[in-house]
Amino acid sequence: MAFIRFADRPAFRNPWAEFERIRQGLDELSRSYADKGKGQARANVYPALNIYEESDRLIVTAELPGVKVHDLELSVEGETLTIQGKRDSRQNDPGISYHRREIESGSFSRAIALPVKIDTEQVGAKLSNGILTITLMKASEVKPRQIKVTAE
Amino acid sequence: MTEQELKIQEKKAAQHDGETTKSETYFAPHVDIFETDKEVTVIADVPGVTSEGLDLSLEDNVLTIQGHRLPPPHHGRLILEEYECGHYLRRFTVAETIDQNNIEASLVDGVLRVRLPKAGPAQPRKIEVNIG
Repeated sequence: MAFIRFADRPAFRNPWAEFERIRQGLDELSRSYADKGKGQARANVYPALNIYEESDRLIVTAELPGVKVHDLELSVEGETLTIQGKRDSRQNDPGISYHRREIESGSFSRAIALPVKIDTEQVGAKLSNGILTITLMKASEVKPRQIKVTAE
Repeated sequence: MTEQELKIQEKKAAQHDGETTKSETYFAPHVDIFETDKEVTVIADVPGVTSEGLDLSLEDNVLTIQGHRLPPPHHGRLILEEYECGHYLRRFTVAETIDQNNIEASLVDGVLRVRLPKAGPAQPRKIEVNIG
């Protein structure tokens, strides 16, 4: 006796086959988006930021190759952090011819709302090897506080 | 002066020739390459790479730029991730003859600058045609 499995049937005998194919296609599409995303957010404004949270502080990092310290301006106002600066990678040498040009020059400005209240008096920032690291201490009222339990 | 606003440039993954045993992420750094009559200069954006992590080589006219960066030293919870940290890798075939002994490289603010001086003076040669 010959077995014909449901999925092996020719299309004219299974009107749902086409729907099944579409469903599989959609599954694949959503899977590929999910894999690519991996919780990553897309930045629309330069620079792209990574933010880490520790119990008492926030750490904001950005890749800023070619930006000099004196061309960088940071400010914190309330819960908004603003990063501004510029980069100039243009060559002033007259007799040069470019083979490739992928590095851009220009200015940037990005303001980001921080997820918690921070202490604006205690903000540290450093720029090393093109990586900017900003450390923002949380405001004392949002810092976790250990509560001692006493036995009576 | 009209200031252009910087845009986010997507990082492109780079591939080794063979498969690597460790699954590490490599990105192709963005580069500027320009030439004068004396030298070829390659500028590459390699933020996070220190001079110890940098590996430069010129072999059979292929310039390889490889930069290893240390994993970010934070252990907190990542609450926003807009960029990925990875190593850098990019190869170029250099068409010019390069004076291998005088290659200079510098790394400032996460930007690598490699100067490849051309070998021998490029003198225009006149060919005389004898009318016989």
